[in-house]
Amino acid sequence: MEVLQLLISGLANGCVYGLIALGFVLIYKATEAVNFAQGDFMMLGAFVTLGLVNPEYMGIPFWLALPLVFVIMGVLGYLLDLVVLRAVFGQSQVAVIIVTIALGFVIRFAVGEIWGHEPQSLRSPLALGDVRVGDLVLGLADVAVIIVTVIMTILLWQFFQRTKMGLAMQAASQNQMAAYYMGIPVKRIQGMVWALAGIVAAVAGILYASKGALDPSAGFIGIKAFAAAVIGGFGSLPGALLGGLIVGVIEPFAARYLPPGWSQIAPYALLIAVLLFRPHGLFAQVRAKKV
Amino acid sequence: MSDVLLEVRNLETFYGPIMAIRGVSLEVRKGRVVTVLGANGAGKTTLLKTISGIMDPEKGKILFEGKDIQGWEPHRVVQAGIVHVPEGREVFPLLTVEENLALGAYTRSDRAEIARDRDLVFNYFPILAERRYQEAGTLSGGQQQMLAIGRGLMLRPEIMLLDEPSLGLSPLLTQEIFAILKRLNKDEGVTMMLVEQNAAVALELADDGYVMELGRIVMSGTADRLASSEDIQSFYLGHDTEGARGERRWKRKKTWR
Ligand SMILES: Nc1ncnc2c1ncn2[C@@H]1O[C@H](COP(=O)(O)OP(=O)(O)O)[C@@H](O)[C@H]1O
Ligand SMILES: [Mg+2]
Repeated sequence: MEVLQLLISGLANGCVYGLIALGFVLIYKATEAVNFAQGDFMMLGAFVTLGLVNPEYMGIPFWLALPLVFVIMGVLGYLLDLVVLRAVFGQSQVAVIIVTIALGFVIRFAVGEIWGHEPQSLRSPLALGDVRVGDLVLGLADVAVIIVTVIMTILLWQFFQRTKMGLAMQAASQNQMAAYYMGIPVKRIQGMVWALAGIVAAVAGILYASKGALDPSAGFIGIKAFAAAVIGGFGSLPGALLGGLIVGVIEPFAARYLPPGWSQIAPYALLIAVLLFRPHGLFAQVRAKKV
Repeated sequence: MSDVLLEVRNLETFYGPIMAIRGVSLEVRKGRVVTVLGANGAGKTTLLKTISGIMDPEKGKILFEGKDIQGWEPHRVVQAGIVHVPEGREVFPLLTVEENLALGAYTRSDRAEIARDRDLVFNYFPILAERRYQEAGTLSGGQQQMLAIGRGLMLRPEIMLLDEPSLGLSPLLTQEIFAILKRLNKDEGVTMMLVEQNAAVALELADDGYVMELGRIVMSGTADRLASSEDIQSFYLGHDTEGARGERRWKRKKTWR
Protein backbone atom coordinates (compact mmCIF):
# COMPACT_ATOMS: atom_id res chain seq x y z
CA MET A 1 0.00 0.00 0.00
CA GLU A 2 2.74 2.35 0.96
CA VAL A 3 4.44 1.51 -2.29
CA LEU A 4 1.37 2.59 -4.26
CA GLN A 5 1.27 5.87 -2.35
CA LEU A 6 4.93 6.59 -3.08
CA LEU A 7 4.46 5.58 -6.69
CA ILE A 8 1.55 7.92 -7.30
CA SER A 9 3.15 10.96 -5.71
CA GLY A 10 6.39 10.12 -7.53
CA LEU A 11 4.61 9.81 -10.86
CA ALA A 12 2.83 13.11 -10.31
CA ASN A 13 6.13 14.91 -9.64
CA GLY A 14 7.57 13.05 -12.60
CA CYS A 15 4.83 14.37 -14.85
CA VAL A 16 5.88 17.93 -14.06
CA TYR A 17 9.56 17.10 -14.62
CA GLY A 18 8.61 15.29 -17.80
CA LEU A 19 6.65 18.23 -19.21
CA ILE A 20 9.51 20.63 -18.48
CA ALA A 21 11.94 18.13 -20.02
CA LEU A 22 9.65 18.02 -23.04
CA GLY A 23 10.09 21.77 -23.38
CA PHE A 24 13.87 21.38 -23.29
CA VAL A 25 13.80 18.72 -25.97
CA LEU A 26 11.26 20.47 -28.21
CA ILE A 27 13.45 23.54 -28.43
CA TYR A 28 16.68 21.58 -28.64
CA LYS A 29 15.44 19.43 -31.51
CA ALA A 30 14.06 22.34 -33.47
CA THR A 31 16.82 24.88 -32.96
CA GLU A 32 19.76 23.03 -31.40
CA ALA A 33 19.63 25.52 -28.56
CA VAL A 34 19.16 24.53 -24.94
CA ASN A 35 16.73 26.83 -23.16
CA PHE A 36 17.94 26.86 -19.58
CA ALA A 37 15.03 29.10 -18.68
CA GLN A 38 12.52 26.32 -19.33
CA GLY A 39 12.01 25.75 -15.58
CA ASP A 40 11.39 29.47 -15.11
CA PHE A 41 8.97 29.37 -18.01
CA MET A 42 7.07 26.77 -16.03
CA MET A 43 7.09 29.01 -12.97
CA LEU A 44 6.01 32.01 -15.05
CA GLY A 45 3.14 30.02 -16.57
CA ALA A 46 1.98 29.14 -13.08
CA PHE A 47 2.16 32.75 -11.91
CA VAL A 48 0.37 34.09 -14.98
CA THR A 49 -2.44 31.64 -14.23
CA LEU A 50 -2.42 32.60 -10.57
CA GLY A 51 -2.54 36.28 -11.47
CA LEU A 52 -5.53 35.74 -13.72
CA VAL A 53 -7.46 33.26 -11.58
CA ASN A 54 -6.88 33.97 -7.89
CA PRO A 55 -9.55 36.21 -6.27
CA GLU A 56 -6.94 38.52 -4.71
CA TYR A 57 -5.75 39.37 -8.23
CA MET A 58 -8.05 39.31 -11.28
CA GLY A 59 -10.41 36.54 -10.25
CA ILE A 60 -11.26 35.28 -13.74
CA PRO A 61 -12.90 31.81 -13.75
CA PHE A 62 -10.24 29.13 -14.28
CA TRP A 63 -11.61 27.69 -17.51
CA LEU A 64 -11.92 31.15 -19.06
CA ALA A 65 -8.40 32.05 -17.97
CA LEU A 66 -6.84 28.86 -19.34
CA PRO A 67 -6.94 29.77 -23.06
CA LEU A 68 -5.66 33.23 -22.12
CA VAL A 69 -2.71 31.67 -20.29
CA PHE A 70 -1.89 29.55 -23.34
CA VAL A 71 -2.06 32.57 -25.65
CA ILE A 72 0.10 34.68 -23.33
CA MET A 73 2.75 31.98 -22.85
CA GLY A 74 2.68 31.00 -26.53
CA VAL A 75 3.13 34.56 -27.72
CA LEU A 76 5.86 35.09 -25.14
CA GLY A 77 7.74 32.01 -26.38
CA TYR A 78 7.40 33.14 -29.97
CA LEU A 79 8.57 36.68 -29.23
CA LEU A 80 11.50 35.40 -27.20
CA ASP A 81 12.71 33.49 -30.20
CA LEU A 82 12.05 36.40 -32.53
CA VAL A 83 13.62 39.15 -30.45
CA VAL A 84 16.16 37.60 -28.11
CA LEU A 85 17.39 34.42 -29.76
CA ARG A 86 17.57 35.73 -33.31
CA ALA A 87 19.88 38.38 -31.89
CA VAL A 88 22.43 35.72 -30.95
CA PHE A 89 21.75 33.65 -34.08
CA GLY A 90 24.97 32.33 -35.57
CA GLN A 91 26.89 32.89 -32.35
CA SER A 92 28.30 29.97 -30.43
CA GLN A 93 26.14 27.63 -28.35
CA VAL A 94 27.66 29.21 -25.27
CA ALA A 95 26.12 32.57 -26.17
CA VAL A 96 22.69 30.97 -26.45
CA ILE A 97 23.14 29.18 -23.14
CA ILE A 98 24.18 32.38 -21.38
CA VAL A 99 21.26 34.27 -22.87
CA THR A 100 18.76 31.69 -21.65
CA ILE A 101 20.32 31.54 -18.19
CA ALA A 102 20.09 35.32 -18.00
CA LEU A 103 16.51 35.05 -19.14
CA GLY A 104 15.79 32.82 -16.14
CA PHE A 105 17.12 35.53 -13.80
CA VAL A 106 14.98 38.14 -15.53
CA ILE A 107 11.85 36.01 -15.24
CA ARG A 108 12.45 35.29 -11.54
CA PHE A 109 13.08 38.97 -10.87
CA ALA A 110 10.02 40.13 -12.80
CA VAL A 111 7.73 37.58 -11.17
CA GLY A 112 9.01 38.55 -7.72
CA GLU A 113 8.36 42.21 -8.47
CA ILE A 114 4.83 41.60 -9.73
CA TRP A 115 3.56 38.86 -7.42
CA GLY A 116 5.98 38.95 -4.50
CA HIS A 117 8.26 36.29 -3.08
CA GLU A 118 5.89 34.73 -0.57
CA PRO A 119 4.59 31.24 -1.33
CA GLN A 120 1.06 31.37 -2.70
CA SER A 121 -1.41 28.77 -3.77
CA LEU A 122 -3.23 28.66 -7.06
CA ARG A 123 -7.03 28.30 -7.09
CA SER A 124 -6.85 25.31 -9.33
CA PRO A 125 -9.74 22.92 -9.97
CA LEU A 126 -7.14 20.15 -9.76
CA ALA A 127 -6.23 20.98 -6.14
CA LEU A 128 -8.62 18.42 -4.75
CA GLY A 129 -7.15 17.47 -1.39
CA ASP A 130 -6.63 13.91 -0.15
CA VAL A 131 -8.87 10.90 0.11
CA ARG A 132 -8.43 8.00 2.48
CA VAL A 133 -8.97 4.52 1.09
CA GLY A 134 -8.49 2.11 3.99
CA ASP A 135 -5.05 3.02 5.33
CA LEU A 136 -3.99 4.54 2.00
CA VAL A 137 -3.88 8.32 1.65
CA LEU A 138 -4.23 9.34 -1.97
CA GLY A 139 -3.54 12.88 -3.13
CA LEU A 140 -6.33 13.52 -5.62
CA ALA A 141 -4.27 16.35 -7.09
CA ASP A 142 -1.56 13.81 -7.87
CA VAL A 143 -4.03 11.58 -9.70
CA ALA A 144 -5.41 14.59 -11.58
CA VAL A 145 -1.89 15.65 -12.57
CA ILE A 146 -1.18 12.21 -14.00
CA ILE A 147 -4.44 12.19 -15.96
CA VAL A 148 -3.86 15.67 -17.37
CA THR A 149 -0.33 14.70 -18.41
CA VAL A 150 -1.64 11.63 -20.22
CA ILE A 151 -4.19 13.77 -22.07
CA MET A 152 -1.53 16.38 -22.89
CA THR A 153 0.75 13.66 -24.26
CA ILE A 154 -2.00 12.29 -26.49
CA LEU A 155 -2.83 15.78 -27.77
CA LEU A 156 0.81 16.52 -28.53
CA TRP A 157 1.19 13.18 -30.26
CA GLN A 158 -1.85 13.89 -32.43
CA PHE A 159 -0.53 17.36 -33.17
CA PHE A 160 2.79 16.01 -34.41
CA GLN A 161 1.26 13.14 -36.39
CA ARG A 162 -1.83 14.73 -37.87
CA THR A 163 -1.25 18.41 -38.46
CA LYS A 164 0.78 20.03 -41.19
CA MET A 165 2.45 22.31 -38.65
CA GLY A 166 3.42 19.34 -36.47
CA LEU A 167 4.88 17.50 -39.43
CA ALA A 168 6.79 20.60 -40.49
CA MET A 169 8.22 20.93 -36.97
CA GLN A 170 9.45 17.34 -37.12
CA ALA A 171 10.91 17.91 -40.57
CA ALA A 172 12.71 21.10 -39.55
CA SER A 173 14.22 19.35 -36.56
CA GLN A 174 15.33 16.23 -38.47
CA ASN A 175 16.88 17.96 -41.44
CA GLN A 176 16.79 21.72 -41.41
CA MET A 177 18.39 22.12 -44.82
CA ALA A 178 15.90 19.77 -46.45
CA ALA A 179 13.08 21.65 -44.76
CA TYR A 180 14.28 24.79 -46.51
CA TYR A 181 14.36 22.90 -49.81
CA MET A 182 10.71 21.90 -49.29
CA GLY A 183 9.67 25.52 -48.92
CA ILE A 184 9.05 25.24 -45.19
CA PRO A 185 9.60 28.67 -43.58
CA VAL A 186 12.02 27.22 -41.07
CA LYS A 187 12.49 30.36 -38.96
CA ARG A 188 8.75 30.77 -38.46
CA ILE A 189 8.37 27.10 -37.62
CA GLN A 190 11.12 27.44 -35.01
CA GLY A 191 9.24 30.38 -33.52
CA MET A 192 6.14 28.18 -33.34
CA VAL A 193 8.17 25.53 -31.51
CA TRP A 194 9.12 28.14 -28.90
CA ALA A 195 5.44 29.05 -28.66
CA LEU A 196 4.56 25.39 -28.14
CA ALA A 197 7.29 25.08 -25.49
CA GLY A 198 5.72 28.09 -23.75
CA ILE A 199 2.31 26.40 -23.74
CA VAL A 200 3.72 23.10 -22.47
CA ALA A 201 5.53 25.05 -19.74
CA ALA A 202 2.24 26.67 -18.78
CA VAL A 203 0.59 23.26 -18.43
CA ALA A 204 3.52 22.05 -16.32
CA GLY A 205 3.27 25.19 -14.18
CA ILE A 206 -0.45 24.77 -13.57
CA LEU A 207 0.09 21.13 -12.60
CA TYR A 208 2.97 22.08 -10.30
CA ALA A 209 0.91 24.77 -8.59
CA SER A 210 -2.03 22.39 -8.20
CA LYS A 211 0.11 20.15 -6.04
CA GLY A 212 1.39 22.73 -3.58
CA ALA A 213 2.63 26.24 -2.92
CA LEU A 214 4.21 28.38 -5.59
CA ASP A 215 6.99 30.95 -5.32
CA PRO A 216 9.43 32.52 -7.80
CA SER A 217 12.16 29.97 -7.06
CA ALA A 218 9.94 27.10 -8.27
CA GLY A 219 11.74 27.20 -11.60
CA PHE A 220 14.81 25.60 -10.08
CA ILE A 221 13.22 22.17 -10.55
CA GLY A 222 14.19 22.81 -14.16
CA ILE A 223 17.59 21.42 -13.19
CA LYS A 224 16.02 18.07 -12.31
CA ALA A 225 13.98 18.22 -15.47
CA PHE A 226 17.17 18.82 -17.43
CA ALA A 227 18.66 15.70 -15.87
CA ALA A 228 15.46 13.89 -16.82
CA ALA A 229 15.79 15.04 -20.43
CA VAL A 230 19.38 13.80 -20.59
CA ILE A 231 18.44 10.49 -18.98
CA GLY A 232 15.70 10.03 -21.57
CA GLY A 233 18.00 10.85 -24.47
CA PHE A 234 18.02 14.53 -25.29
CA GLY A 235 16.61 14.14 -28.78
CA SER A 236 13.52 12.14 -27.98
CA LEU A 237 10.13 13.50 -26.89
CA PRO A 238 8.80 10.24 -25.37
CA GLY A 239 12.23 9.82 -23.79
CA ALA A 240 11.91 13.20 -22.08
CA LEU A 241 8.58 12.26 -20.55
CA LEU A 242 9.82 8.86 -19.46
CA GLY A 243 13.01 10.39 -18.05
CA GLY A 244 10.85 12.76 -16.04
CA LEU A 245 8.75 9.90 -14.69
CA ILE A 246 11.86 7.94 -13.73
CA VAL A 247 13.36 10.88 -11.85
CA GLY A 248 10.01 11.58 -10.19
CA VAL A 249 9.57 8.01 -9.00
CA ILE A 250 13.15 7.56 -7.82
CA GLU A 251 12.95 10.49 -5.41
CA PRO A 252 10.25 9.35 -2.96
CA PHE A 253 11.55 5.78 -2.99
CA ALA A 254 15.10 6.91 -2.28
CA ALA A 255 13.78 9.14 0.49
CA ARG A 256 11.88 6.27 2.04
CA TYR A 257 14.31 3.39 1.70
CA LEU A 258 17.81 4.93 1.46
CA PRO A 259 19.78 6.84 4.12
CA PRO A 260 18.88 10.54 4.53
CA GLY A 261 20.21 12.81 1.81
CA TRP A 262 20.29 10.17 -0.88
CA SER A 263 17.02 11.23 -2.40
CA GLN A 264 18.49 14.60 -3.36
CA ILE A 265 21.36 13.12 -5.28
CA ALA A 266 19.56 10.07 -6.65
CA PRO A 267 18.46 11.75 -9.91
CA TYR A 268 21.98 12.99 -10.59
CA ALA A 269 23.56 9.67 -9.70
CA LEU A 270 21.26 8.11 -12.27
CA LEU A 271 22.18 10.84 -14.73
CA ILE A 272 25.87 10.04 -14.35
CA ALA A 273 25.23 6.32 -14.64
CA VAL A 274 23.25 6.85 -17.84
CA LEU A 275 25.92 9.11 -19.30
CA LEU A 276 28.56 6.48 -18.54
CA PHE A 277 26.72 3.43 -19.80
CA ARG A 278 24.26 4.79 -22.39
CA PRO A 279 25.62 8.17 -23.46
CA HIS A 280 22.76 8.76 -25.91
CA GLY A 281 20.20 8.31 -23.15
CA LEU A 282 17.83 5.50 -22.39
CA PHE A 283 15.40 6.17 -25.22
CA ALA A 284 17.54 7.85 -27.86
CA GLN A 285 16.38 8.04 -31.44
CA VAL A 286 19.59 7.62 -33.32
CA ARG A 287 19.46 6.57 -36.90
CA ALA A 288 22.37 7.27 -39.16
CA LYS A 289 21.66 8.57 -42.62
CA LYS A 290 22.38 6.08 -45.37
CA VAL A 291 24.49 7.26 -48.22
CA MET B 1 13.67 34.04 -76.41
CA SER B 2 10.17 33.81 -75.00
CA ASP B 3 10.25 30.22 -73.78
CA VAL B 4 13.25 30.71 -71.49
CA LEU B 5 12.10 29.56 -68.06
CA LEU B 6 15.23 30.18 -66.02
CA GLU B 7 18.07 32.48 -66.84
CA VAL B 8 21.22 33.12 -64.84
CA ARG B 9 23.33 36.15 -65.69
CA ASN B 10 26.90 36.82 -64.52
CA LEU B 11 26.36 35.15 -61.19
CA GLU B 12 29.06 35.44 -58.52
CA THR B 13 28.80 33.59 -55.20
CA PHE B 14 31.29 33.50 -52.33
CA TYR B 15 32.03 31.42 -49.27
CA GLY B 16 33.58 34.17 -47.23
CA PRO B 17 36.64 35.14 -49.26
CA ILE B 18 36.41 32.09 -51.51
CA MET B 19 34.79 32.84 -54.85
CA ALA B 20 32.96 29.64 -55.77
CA ILE B 21 30.91 30.96 -58.72
CA ARG B 22 32.85 33.28 -60.98
CA GLY B 23 30.40 34.92 -63.35
CA VAL B 24 28.16 32.12 -64.60
CA SER B 25 25.53 32.73 -67.25
CA LEU B 26 23.18 30.08 -68.57
CA GLU B 27 19.58 29.50 -69.57
CA VAL B 28 17.03 26.72 -69.32
CA ARG B 29 14.13 26.62 -71.76
CA LYS B 30 10.72 25.29 -70.85
CA GLY B 31 10.34 21.54 -71.20
CA ARG B 32 14.06 20.93 -71.70
CA VAL B 33 16.64 19.05 -69.68
CA VAL B 34 19.80 21.10 -69.26
CA THR B 35 22.83 19.52 -67.68
CA VAL B 36 25.75 21.23 -65.99
CA LEU B 37 28.81 18.99 -66.01
CA GLY B 38 31.85 19.48 -63.88
CA ALA B 39 34.36 17.75 -61.68
CA ASN B 40 34.19 17.72 -57.91
CA GLY B 41 34.55 21.25 -56.55
CA ALA B 42 33.65 22.98 -59.81
CA GLY B 43 30.86 24.88 -58.08
CA LYS B 44 27.80 22.97 -59.29
CA THR B 45 26.17 22.59 -55.88
CA THR B 46 26.87 26.22 -55.06
CA LEU B 47 25.22 27.25 -58.32
CA LEU B 48 22.04 25.32 -57.47
CA LYS B 49 22.02 26.62 -53.90
CA THR B 50 22.26 30.15 -55.21
CA ILE B 51 19.35 29.62 -57.58
CA SER B 52 17.15 28.11 -54.86
CA GLY B 53 17.86 30.95 -52.45
CA ILE B 54 19.83 28.95 -49.88
CA MET B 55 22.81 31.17 -50.69
CA ASP B 56 22.83 34.78 -51.79
CA PRO B 57 24.99 35.81 -54.72
CA GLU B 58 27.30 38.80 -54.52
CA LYS B 59 26.54 39.82 -58.08
CA GLY B 60 24.37 38.84 -61.00
CA LYS B 61 20.76 38.11 -61.78
CA ILE B 62 18.53 35.07 -61.57
CA LEU B 63 15.48 35.44 -63.78
CA PHE B 64 12.63 32.97 -63.45
CA GLU B 65 9.73 33.42 -65.87
CA GLY B 66 11.13 36.90 -66.41
CA LYS B 67 11.05 37.87 -62.70
CA ASP B 68 14.26 38.61 -60.84
CA ILE B 69 14.19 36.14 -57.94
CA GLN B 70 17.67 36.89 -56.67
CA GLY B 71 17.69 37.39 -52.90
CA TRP B 72 14.29 35.74 -52.31
CA GLU B 73 13.86 33.55 -49.24
CA PRO B 74 14.07 29.81 -50.09
CA HIS B 75 10.39 29.19 -49.35
CA ARG B 76 9.36 31.94 -51.75
CA VAL B 77 11.54 30.43 -54.47
CA VAL B 78 9.84 27.08 -53.87
CA GLN B 79 6.43 28.68 -54.07
CA ALA B 80 7.39 30.22 -57.39
CA GLY B 81 7.87 26.67 -58.72
CA ILE B 82 11.57 25.89 -58.40
CA VAL B 83 12.32 22.72 -56.48
CA HIS B 84 15.82 21.68 -55.47
CA VAL B 85 16.54 17.95 -55.10
CA PRO B 86 19.72 18.20 -53.06
CA GLU B 87 22.99 16.32 -53.28
CA GLY B 88 22.97 13.31 -50.94
CA ARG B 89 19.10 12.99 -50.97
CA GLU B 90 18.54 14.73 -47.61
CA VAL B 91 15.33 12.90 -46.76
CA PHE B 92 13.67 13.27 -43.35
CA PRO B 93 15.06 10.07 -41.81
CA LEU B 94 12.57 9.45 -38.99
CA LEU B 95 9.48 10.25 -41.03
CA THR B 96 7.74 7.70 -43.22
CA VAL B 97 7.93 7.71 -47.00
CA GLU B 98 4.39 9.05 -47.13
CA GLU B 99 5.16 11.85 -44.67
CA ASN B 100 8.24 12.81 -46.67
CA LEU B 101 6.08 13.07 -49.76
CA ALA B 102 3.47 15.09 -47.87
CA LEU B 103 6.19 17.57 -46.92
CA GLY B 104 7.08 17.92 -50.59
CA ALA B 105 3.62 19.40 -51.00
CA TYR B 106 4.03 21.68 -47.97
CA THR B 107 3.41 24.87 -49.92
CA ARG B 108 0.23 23.50 -51.54
CA SER B 109 -3.22 23.11 -50.07
CA ASP B 110 -5.30 21.45 -52.80
CA ARG B 111 -5.85 18.09 -51.09
CA ALA B 112 -7.36 16.23 -54.02
CA GLU B 113 -4.61 17.34 -56.39
CA ILE B 114 -1.95 16.43 -53.85
CA ALA B 115 -3.40 12.92 -53.56
CA ARG B 116 -3.35 12.66 -57.37
CA ASP B 117 0.28 13.69 -57.49
CA ARG B 118 1.19 11.20 -54.80
CA ASP B 119 -0.36 8.45 -56.91
CA LEU B 120 1.65 9.75 -59.84
CA VAL B 121 4.85 9.50 -57.80
CA PHE B 122 3.92 5.97 -56.71
CA ASN B 123 3.25 5.15 -60.34
CA TYR B 124 6.74 6.25 -61.35
CA PHE B 125 8.41 4.77 -58.27
CA PRO B 126 6.43 1.64 -57.31
CA ILE B 127 8.97 0.73 -54.62
CA LEU B 128 7.96 3.88 -52.72
CA ALA B 129 4.33 2.73 -52.69
CA GLU B 130 5.47 -0.58 -51.27
CA ARG B 131 7.49 1.15 -48.56
CA ARG B 132 5.07 3.99 -47.88
CA TYR B 133 4.80 3.39 -44.11
CA GLN B 134 8.52 2.75 -43.64
CA GLU B 135 10.85 5.35 -42.13
CA ALA B 136 12.87 7.03 -44.85
CA GLY B 137 16.12 6.52 -42.93
CA THR B 138 15.75 2.76 -43.36
CA LEU B 139 15.58 2.91 -47.17
CA SER B 140 18.56 2.03 -49.35
CA GLY B 141 20.53 4.80 -51.04
CA GLY B 142 18.76 4.30 -54.35
CA GLN B 143 15.36 4.28 -52.73
CA GLN B 144 16.22 7.46 -50.83
CA GLN B 145 17.20 9.08 -54.12
CA MET B 146 13.85 8.05 -55.59
CA LEU B 147 12.12 9.48 -52.55
CA ALA B 148 14.02 12.75 -52.88
CA ILE B 149 12.95 13.03 -56.52
CA GLY B 150 9.38 12.00 -55.71
CA ARG B 151 9.25 14.50 -52.87
CA GLY B 152 10.39 17.17 -55.28
CA LEU B 153 7.67 16.20 -57.76
CA MET B 154 5.03 16.62 -55.05
CA LEU B 155 5.51 20.34 -55.36
CA ARG B 156 4.43 20.08 -59.00
CA PRO B 157 7.40 22.24 -59.91
CA GLU B 158 7.94 24.35 -63.02
CA ILE B 159 11.57 23.27 -62.87
CA MET B 160 13.52 20.68 -60.92
CA LEU B 161 17.11 21.33 -59.92
CA LEU B 162 18.74 17.92 -59.54
CA ASP B 163 22.10 17.74 -57.77
CA GLU B 164 24.04 14.61 -58.77
CA PRO B 165 21.23 12.05 -58.54
CA SER B 166 23.70 9.35 -59.60
CA LEU B 167 26.06 9.99 -56.68
CA GLY B 168 26.92 6.80 -54.83
CA LEU B 169 24.55 4.62 -56.88
CA SER B 170 25.43 1.52 -58.86
CA PRO B 171 25.45 1.89 -62.68
CA LEU B 172 22.31 -0.20 -62.87
CA LEU B 173 20.39 1.93 -60.37
CA THR B 174 21.66 5.06 -62.07
CA GLN B 175 20.29 3.78 -65.39
CA GLU B 176 16.96 3.04 -63.74
CA ILE B 177 16.64 6.46 -62.16
CA PHE B 178 17.68 8.29 -65.32
CA ALA B 179 15.14 6.30 -67.35
CA ILE B 180 12.46 7.51 -64.95
CA LEU B 181 13.73 11.10 -65.21
CA LYS B 182 13.47 10.81 -68.99
CA ARG B 183 9.87 9.63 -68.77
CA LEU B 184 9.05 12.45 -66.35
CA ASN B 185 10.43 14.94 -68.83
CA LYS B 186 8.77 13.43 -71.91
CA ASP B 187 5.40 12.44 -70.43
CA GLU B 188 4.86 15.02 -67.70
CA GLY B 189 6.83 17.82 -69.32
CA VAL B 190 8.97 18.49 -66.23
CA THR B 191 11.77 20.94 -66.98
CA MET B 192 15.06 19.94 -65.39
CA MET B 193 18.41 21.41 -64.59
CA LEU B 194 20.66 18.44 -63.91
CA VAL B 195 24.05 18.79 -62.30
CA GLU B 196 26.33 15.79 -62.78
CA GLN B 197 29.85 14.43 -62.74
CA ASN B 198 28.65 11.40 -64.62
CA ALA B 199 28.70 12.95 -68.09
CA ALA B 200 27.72 9.80 -69.95
CA VAL B 201 24.29 9.37 -68.38
CA ALA B 202 23.69 13.11 -68.09
CA LEU B 203 24.34 13.82 -71.77
CA GLU B 204 22.14 10.94 -72.80
CA LEU B 205 19.22 12.45 -70.93
CA ALA B 206 19.88 16.14 -71.55
CA ASP B 207 18.94 18.34 -74.50
CA ASP B 208 21.55 21.00 -73.77
CA GLY B 209 24.61 21.18 -71.61
CA TYR B 210 27.22 23.38 -69.99
CA VAL B 211 30.63 22.44 -68.68
CA MET B 212 31.81 24.11 -65.50
CA GLU B 213 35.35 24.37 -64.17
CA LEU B 214 36.52 26.28 -61.10
CA GLY B 215 33.35 28.34 -60.94
CA ARG B 216 33.18 29.24 -64.64
CA ILE B 217 31.28 27.95 -67.66
CA VAL B 218 33.98 26.81 -70.05
CA MET B 219 31.84 25.18 -72.72
CA SER B 220 28.23 24.95 -73.81
CA GLY B 221 26.10 23.47 -76.55
CA THR B 222 23.55 20.84 -77.37
CA ALA B 223 24.03 17.57 -75.56
CA ASP B 224 24.84 15.81 -78.85
CA ARG B 225 27.50 18.32 -79.71
CA LEU B 226 29.05 18.13 -76.26
CA ALA B 227 29.00 14.35 -76.30
CA SER B 228 30.97 14.31 -79.51
CA SER B 229 33.42 16.99 -78.48
CA GLU B 230 36.96 15.83 -77.98
CA ASP B 231 37.39 17.53 -74.61
CA ILE B 232 34.33 15.93 -73.15
CA GLN B 233 35.30 12.60 -74.61
CA SER B 234 38.67 12.65 -72.96
CA PHE B 235 37.94 14.34 -69.61
CA TYR B 236 34.45 13.25 -68.74
CA LEU B 237 33.68 10.15 -70.73
CA GLY B 238 36.95 8.46 -70.00
CA HIS B 239 37.98 7.98 -73.65
CA ASP B 240 41.44 9.09 -72.84
CA THR B 241 43.58 8.33 -75.86
CA GLU B 242 46.75 10.33 -75.77
CA GLY B 243 49.08 11.55 -73.07
CA ALA B 244 48.59 12.06 -69.38
CA ARG B 245 45.20 13.42 -68.37
CA GLY B 246 46.59 16.36 -66.40
CA GLU B 247 48.84 17.54 -69.19
CA ARG B 248 46.13 17.37 -71.79
CA ARG B 249 43.67 19.05 -69.51
CA TRP B 250 46.09 21.90 -69.03
CA LYS B 251 46.61 22.41 -72.76
CA ARG B 252 42.93 22.19 -73.54
CA LYS B 253 41.97 24.66 -70.87
CA LYS B 254 43.83 27.27 -72.82
CA THR B 255 41.72 26.73 -75.91
CA TRP B 256 38.55 27.09 -73.88
CA ARG B 257 39.27 30.61 -72.81
N1 LIG C 1 30.78 25.45 -46.97
C1 LIG C 1 31.84 25.82 -47.72
N2 LIG C 1 32.75 26.68 -47.23
C2 LIG C 1 33.81 27.07 -47.98
N3 LIG C 1 34.03 26.66 -49.23
C3 LIG C 1 33.15 25.81 -49.78
C4 LIG C 1 32.01 25.34 -49.05
N4 LIG C 1 31.29 24.51 -49.85
C5 LIG C 1 31.98 24.45 -51.00
N5 LIG C 1 33.08 25.22 -50.96
C6 LIG C 1 34.04 25.42 -52.05
O1 LIG C 1 33.37 25.96 -53.16
C7 LIG C 1 33.78 25.33 -54.34
C8 LIG C 1 32.60 24.75 -55.06
O2 LIG C 1 32.01 23.71 -54.30
P1 LIG C 1 30.71 22.95 -54.75
O3 LIG C 1 29.71 23.93 -55.23
O4 LIG C 1 30.29 22.05 -53.65
O5 LIG C 1 31.24 22.08 -55.97
P2 LIG C 1 30.61 20.81 -56.67
O6 LIG C 1 29.18 20.68 -56.26
O7 LIG C 1 30.75 21.09 -58.13
O8 LIG C 1 31.42 19.64 -56.26
C9 LIG C 1 34.82 24.30 -53.95
O9 LIG C 1 36.10 24.86 -54.17
C10 LIG C 1 34.59 24.08 -52.50
O10 LIG C 1 35.79 23.79 -51.84
MG1 LIG D 1 28.29 19.12 -55.40
